[in-house]
Amino acid sequence: MNIDEKIKQKSVDPASREMLQVAADQNIETVWERLEKQQPQCGFGELGLCCRTCSMGPCRIDPFGEGAQKGACGAGADTIVARHLIRMIAGGAAAHSDHGRRPALLLKEVASGNNQDYELVDIDKLKAVAARLGIAVKGRKKTAIAADIANLALNDFGKQDEAALAFVKAYAPVKRLARWQKIADDLSAATGKTIGILPRSIDREIVDIMHRTHFGVDHDPLSLITQGVRASIGDGWGGSLIATEIQDILFGTPKIREATANLGVLDKDQVNIVVHGHEPVLSEKIVEVATSPAMLKLARKQGARGINVVGMCCTGNEVLMRHGIPIAGNELQQELAIITGAVELMSVDVQCIFPALAELCKCYHTHFIATSDQAAFPGSTHIQFEEAEADQCATKIVTMAVENYSNRNRDRVYIPAVTNKAVVGFSVEAILSALGGTPEPLLDAIKSGAVKGVVGIVGCNNPKVTHDFYHIELAKALIARDILVIGTGCWAIAAAKAGLMQTGTAAQAGPGLKAVCEALGIPPCLHMGSCVDCSRMLVLAGALADTLGVDIDDLPLVGSAPEWLTEKAVSIGTYFVASGVPVHLWPMPPIAGGAQVTELLTQTAGEVFGGYFFVEEDPLKAAAEMEKIILEKRQALGI
Amino acid sequence: MKELLIKPELCLGCRSCELACAVEHSQSKTLLSAIREKPRPQYRVHVMTDGYGFLPLQCRNCEEAPCLNACLSGALHRDERGVVICATDLCVGCWMCIMVCPFGVITRKHAERRITKCDRCPDRDEPACVNACPVKALVYEEVDDQARARRRQVLAGLRTL
Repeated sequence: MNIDEKIKQKSVDPASREMLQVAADQNIETVWERLEKQQPQCGFGELGLCCRTCSMGPCRIDPFGEGAQKGACGAGADTIVARHLIRMIAGGAAAHSDHGRRPALLLKEVASGNNQDYELVDIDKLKAVAARLGIAVKGRKKTAIAADIANLALNDFGKQDEAALAFVKAYAPVKRLARWQKIADDLSAATGKTIGILPRSIDREIVDIMHRTHFGVDHDPLSLITQGVRASIGDGWGGSLIATEIQDILFGTPKIREATANLGVLDKDQVNIVVHGHEPVLSEKIVEVATSPAMLKLARKQGARGINVVGMCCTGNEVLMRHGIPIAGNELQQELAIITGAVELMSVDVQCIFPALAELCKCYHTHFIATSDQAAFPGSTHIQFEEAEADQCATKIVTMAVENYSNRNRDRVYIPAVTNKAVVGFSVEAILSALGGTPEPLLDAIKSGAVKGVVGIVGCNNPKVTHDFYHIELAKALIARDILVIGTGCWAIAAAKAGLMQTGTAAQAGPGLKAVCEALGIPPCLHMGSCVDCSRMLVLAGALADTLGVDIDDLPLVGSAPEWLTEKAVSIGTYFVASGVPVHLWPMPPIAGGAQVTELLTQTAGEVFGGYFFVEEDPLKAAAEMEKIILEKRQALGI
Repeated sequence: MKELLIKPELCLGCRSCELACAVEHSQSKTLLSAIREKPRPQYRVHVMTDGYGFLPLQCRNCEEAPCLNACLSGALHRDERGVVICATDLCVGCWMCIMVCPFGVITRKHAERRITKCDRCPDRDEPACVNACPVKALVYEEVDDQARARRRQVLAGLRTL
């Protein structure tokens, strides 16, 4: 297929390029064209200088100094920028944590026997989580242990006392916990105002942000930003971590396995079901039902060879990590999957789902099924998912897909023959198991310099950046510098598609990392899961810090969100920074209008937390900066 | 010849034209860097409102330009595009042009005793303010084309009567 030059600028992914050409030839609009029509975008918004908090507004601060320097209430640029930024953190922390609430509630129902559709799958993980939380394990029934974990988790969401979250206390490394307390004490002493860093309750810190950013409450950039940090810790070491841990208990902890990635996983002779969104609770059931003999029989009756469930975005990552379900693509490929004309049904839950899909699906035979009470899409078919009737709901969805197979217009089907193999499933448990049970071999490799350090790359695609370009180029540049790359979300899918997650990829790594990867039989880029699974990276960092008896900011670790788009990414970046990890971002977040906020995030944060933000547009320059940071950390550690 | 024309009925008052104008007249030509430059880049288009509507206003380049007649130092002159330009080094800061401009679109240059005004972006095919307008309230087109479009609007209005 001949690809237009303009399309090549949109994506580096060969499957996506083919589908974008198909879309262009058929005059189908995608996110790239819609973004183009949004140009020029508002400069005040880009700088974070537009305040819409009250109806005196919208107020805008003139960044060139000529017009207004204060909003109607008197709020200056930094107040407006800080308020807006922490509202983004609140949005991100809310999305991640509300995701975590769902499995916590389900665990309680399963433990009590009220829900028979799900069961406790990973008892080792159940016991490990319990032990970590100080819940008695010995001689107790697994349902009793599960109930205790669920109650402790749910309590962390809504408790009203001043103590830190049980999960934060149980999981964050010792030195970091003490550091957070000290930072809060120091800031309180310096300002004469109580400032908290350790989150009291997951929900409360988010509500607190909404309260203090309401008209006429908190206006001090430092006070605002520290509350943003607090809520983000409640996400990373709280809500997200709860999501990961309890999903592992309910659905199994990921183990190392091989899987296939990219749009070529769609099958022209099978019923194709795409599960898209973020939560695995329903998609687990869809996978289970779709592989049942009864459904297979029904599919064959329709003339299909079988039923092919594939993933998209982080729901896809969840079932990829636990079951090796093929992954069709990342965020910017959700429309492209439909345009293949080969999808019988796309089932969506929450987060990162374009509302454009509903209209797009109407151009094809594809059923677009919304399932969450929190997410409705004009033009979709809504099949309400309830955990209590999960089997029934999944059966209904899979049956709809199978019965839709005969409606497929074969003349319109175009599936790009592009896939890549990837070794996935690197939960912390799987990594430790590959290392022989302890983090020591990895620490030894880092100490010896064979592995200089570790960079965690996370989420999102953003059509402002050539699709997957930054993800791939950054990862390649890092492994060539003997830096191990771990990551989640849309980055992980990009790396899988690009073939960076094969054991053979070690050949592209520097000599030190190559030898380590070959000895352990692992790729130099490790898939650690969905975006809530960024908590796995925190837990791994914590394990390394505690083993060495140091704090996380002493370790040669860097984070990056190079194609970021969502509020969740802002929360992730912030809890990485709060945990002591320098974090690279591209594109620039909407903070440049506030000089003081920019300084707080890019400099002061480094002095206080050991982690800070930096922005860089060029992947090679970003990799060089990351290596510099890592080498400085190594020098300070004396290795 | 194309002229910089305004359709005030479309303007939403977003002030994107002001930002784009300042960026175009900056050293770096990017918003993120321009806001940190010293001296701060200055915009030459001004979005005005009376509480009912908006008007993004910049130099109209009048044929019998009062500013040209009032400029005693010879700083203001007309360039080959027909645009009234200020040779800043010749400006003595007498403010005569500001006093006679019927549109109030000549302003003081930041921290200097000189004036600044719209130069209709000599380095661009289309002025930056026009390019930045999300609702096309600023257009760069032949005067007669706009007149024709407005006549069509009148006709369309009559049809609906």
